[in-house]
Amino acid sequence: MTLTPLGDSAVVVAVGAGLDDAVVARVREVAAAIERDPPPGVVEVVPAFASVTVYYDPAHLTDYAALCAAIEARALRAEAAVPAQSGRLVEIPVCYGGEFGPDLGDVAARAGLSREEAVALHQGGRYFVQAIGFLPGFGYLGGLPERLHTPRRPTPRTHVPAGAVGIGGSLTGAYPLGSPGGWNLIGRTPLKLFDAVRAEPALLHPGDRVRFKPITREEFARWM
Amino acid sequence: MDVNVTRAGMLTTVQDLGRRGFRAIGVPLSGAVDAFALRVANLLVGNAENTAGLECTLVGPELIFTRDTLVALGGADFAGLPLWQPSVWRAGETLRLDAARRGCRGYLAVAGGLSVPGVLGSGSTFLRAQFGGTQGRALKDGDVLSAREFARHVAGHWHVDERILPAYSAAPTVRVVAGAQAAEYGGALFEGVFKVSAQSDRMGVRLGGAPLARNGNAELGSATVLPGTIQVPPDGNPIILMADAQTIGGYPQAAHVIGVDLPLVAQLRPGDTVCFREVSLAEAHDAARARERAIGMLREGLAQKFS
Repeated sequence: MTLTPLGDSAVVVAVGAGLDDAVVARVREVAAAIERDPPPGVVEVVPAFASVTVYYDPAHLTDYAALCAAIEARALRAEAAVPAQSGRLVEIPVCYGGEFGPDLGDVAARAGLSREEAVALHQGGRYFVQAIGFLPGFGYLGGLPERLHTPRRPTPRTHVPAGAVGIGGSLTGAYPLGSPGGWNLIGRTPLKLFDAVRAEPALLHPGDRVRFKPITREEFARWM
Repeated sequence: MDVNVTRAGMLTTVQDLGRRGFRAIGVPLSGAVDAFALRVANLLVGNAENTAGLECTLVGPELIFTRDTLVALGGADFAGLPLWQPSVWRAGETLRLDAARRGCRGYLAVAGGLSVPGVLGSGSTFLRAQFGGTQGRALKDGDVLSAREFARHVAGHWHVDERILPAYSAAPTVRVVAGAQAAEYGGALFEGVFKVSAQSDRMGVRLGGAPLARNGNAELGSATVLPGTIQVPPDGNPIILMADAQTIGGYPQAAHVIGVDLPLVAQLRPGDTVCFREVSLAEAHDAARARERAIGMLREGLAQKFS
């Protein structure tokens, strides 16, 4: 297990190579173990991709090596444990194509598929949240069928609306807030993915499993 | 007590020391970009260090208090209010922070503190996602803020011993520790003089100068970042991430500004220059402890002034 400093106030614990759902489950276990029993000085634990970043307060740090050893001990114990049940399953309704998915045609053409086939492939995928970042509540979803992998647009859009569902490289995800963005937009969800003042601000958490469910324009309108 | 905002200034936001515990769901720290300055300004008026105050950017606001109140300014030097010392403002008097004479961000602490609804445990304004502070936005002309009552007795005049202040400068040398991709940039980061771009904001201080060439082209996955991370996009112009920066970044990380020197970056104005010097992680930690000790001494000294 390798621990690498991130600046002077965090340590990155590399949990595994590759990024399949088994690694994501281990990352979640390691993060949970450190959070349950945080070594003194630890202020925040962030699971993201194949690693766990542990933030500490350098002003009150007495022994960096001891902190790393304590983090590593917890991580190793968690790794050795059998991963608990897989993460929650979250279903995200998506209205694909049309004005909601201006890049669906490009994505389908690149994959040598019709629009309908591309949608079927996207909505049939089994996804998992590798990390949340970029925007509050923005889940980087792994598990995108390889045929749909599409490079980011060469010029990002200056405004992508909240709810937009897109593909960026090997990842897919939905924009929780309006923002500039370079992903290929294929649809839109009526769900509010982030709301700072509700009890559970983010719909998605690292390690969650995600499925997309196609909905019609009428259903979309009823959601809103 | 009300604080009437008769003129909002260029970019004035309510900030405390930020929100912790939500980076796992992509919520950045936010809070004062120069946290040192806000902490000290708060101590000067008898507040807890994490109390919400105003972050004033380049051109400050014009305020009228409805009661006599004690205020203090830290960070950037604005005409209109002495820096690093408390002063009493009478009810109805206009406090006018004009253009900053030195530095970029001034922190106005008001005895008792500004009262704003806490969002995710903090009163800090996060402009990008439009929450916190005053409805997630910068102050505008005509706003009325509310400040908590402040009943503590204040004795005499005092100011901060300048020896505890960061070495604020328009051309600082800032200490960094190595980033994950440091080797791919060789020593270029430490040889150049970088100029601060006007595109800088609370998310990041953008630098120009000789672009940094990356010696390597491995595809990088996204990774966690923190305030101080120096990211290098493909154009080679480094960006120093600041308080509102996203929690995960996809660009190579050449280095990280040490926490103790972040206030120096926070006070850079467009056109200022900055150089970098590498230190060990142990040196960075020593500096953090020394800074904390200095603030602790100030805290103890000031505690005796407020009864």
